Amino acid sequence: MKNIWAITQRELKAYFVSPIAYVVSALFLIAMGYLFALILINTREASLRNLFSNMIFVLLIVAPALTMRLLAEEQRMGTIELLLTAPVHDWQVVLGKFLGSFILFVVMLLAPTLYYVLILQVFGPPDYGPILTGYLGFVLIGAAYLAVGVFGSSVTQNQIIAFFVSLVILLLLWIADAAGGVFGPGAVSDALTYIALPRHFNDLFRGVVDTSDIVYAFSLVAIFLFLATQVLQTKRWR
Amino acid sequence: MPGAMTNGTPTIQVQNLAKWYGDFEALRQVSFDVQKGEILGFLGPNGAGKTTTMRILTGYMPPSSGAARVAGYDVFDESIEVRKRIGYLPETVPLYTEMSVWDYLDFVARLRGVSDRDAAIDRVMEMTSIGERADTLIGKLSKGFRQRVGIAQALVHSPKVLIMDEPTIGLDPKQIIDIRNLIKSLAGDHTVILSTHILPEVSQTCSRVLIINDGKIVAEDTPERLSARVRGAEHIHLQVVKSAPEIASELEKVQGVLSAQARADGVYEIETNLGTDRRAEIAALAVQRGWGLLELRPVSLSLEEVFLKLTTSEEVVQ
Repeated sequence: MKNIWAITQRELKAYFVSPIAYVVSALFLIAMGYLFALILINTREASLRNLFSNMIFVLLIVAPALTMRLLAEEQRMGTIELLLTAPVHDWQVVLGKFLGSFILFVVMLLAPTLYYVLILQVFGPPDYGPILTGYLGFVLIGAAYLAVGVFGSSVTQNQIIAFFVSLVILLLLWIADAAGGVFGPGAVSDALTYIALPRHFNDLFRGVVDTSDIVYAFSLVAIFLFLATQVLQTKRWR
Repeated sequence: MPGAMTNGTPTIQVQNLAKWYGDFEALRQVSFDVQKGEILGFLGPNGAGKTTTMRILTGYMPPSSGAARVAGYDVFDESIEVRKRIGYLPETVPLYTEMSVWDYLDFVARLRGVSDRDAAIDRVMEMTSIGERADTLIGKLSKGFRQRVGIAQALVHSPKVLIMDEPTIGLDPKQIIDIRNLIKSLAGDHTVILSTHILPEVSQTCSRVLIINDGKIVAEDTPERLSARVRGAEHIHLQVVKSAPEIASELEKVQGVLSAQARADGVYEIETNLGTDRRAEIAALAVQRGWGLLELRPVSLSLEEVFLKLTTSEEVVQ
């Protein structure tokens, strides 16, 4: 779809004219580099499993920072009126924005970590299976986080509020299974355990591909982009 | 419909449009038509419902009740088709300050699916005289230039219908004239709705005026007829050398004169029956009595006065 791509490209350009892309990417890579070195020195293990487990926590803060601007700033500046009166569906606006942040994430956050794989060679031939599935998990969790961030950015015209809304949703998803104990064993507890984020990705980081984990990530993306679209539509009525 | 080309279906049809914001009724059963090629002016005080009407027509927000069609498409059910055919300049010009003028217009052109984008952008930049600023960042432009970039954006896909909310706001007098001429040149091919609270703008650019107050249409006509209709009586301005107590009463004795009132020393305002001209009789009287006639001329109500009369009085002109 050409108009989705137009929105995505504009978003990518906007990232690079503001310091946001560089600052967020630099901070993320510093944290990742530090963790990579630390884990490698301590375990002397040619794998990225432990790094990825830590990464999904760092990303909890980094992803909302990448997405907070997307829809909040459009609403604050009034440019949303241009998008909402263009021959584009609301979901296309939301998807275009999401893809912009996702491409930035892959290029500026994920791709620069690939050289870790080369460094691992020094410690012996790494097992490429878990590294590949680990990167698949990296992509999936990034997409899920960013979708939550797009939703957070749709509810407000204040970027700071957008950041915290997204962060709180992600934290709740992160610890959802902890609440399961309150209800005792049963359907509610099972559901909360399924909703909890980290569980789904630790399998992938270990090299185990479970379809349900991939479905889980896609569902999160779909649900939160759908919710963001609903928020935009609701705002038209006011 | 006065001043309108009544052949074919109107390009814009609005029927009983209403809009509620919570408990506040922003639009109350508004109905009007706009024929192809017309320039319709929305006139009204702030908060009258001009922007709300425009936002409904452009598909930005749905109406609470009623219907509107643009180029035959329903603004709610066929919103995307309507949006394809409308160029819209919102009150807050939707500009991305970090983009250059050219990049911005290119983005809008892509969003609107323009096929030959370079040609379209060159065309609208020339129309709005912003060509020399193509590479300037929008954030560095003056208010006048930003407004023109906003207009260029609304024209980039050669829309059939152009809707502009306060298009000349923030421009200097020369730019205002340029933009008005541009708007006038668009009539014919394009159907234009513009809102303003600057009255001369309406009389100079629009073929028809809709005066909106408090969410209702209080008057609808050509600018000329509107001022004639509200007038109610002919007014004559008379100036003589010196006021005298008997002048007013003498004037009122002239046939057809309804009233005569002293406005300043030697200045009288005379009201006569609509459609009559009593200047000859009044001049003869002044000469006969030796008042020393200095000036005698008819006064027509300006659109400002019409506007004030319509939006402040209880009586609605029908």
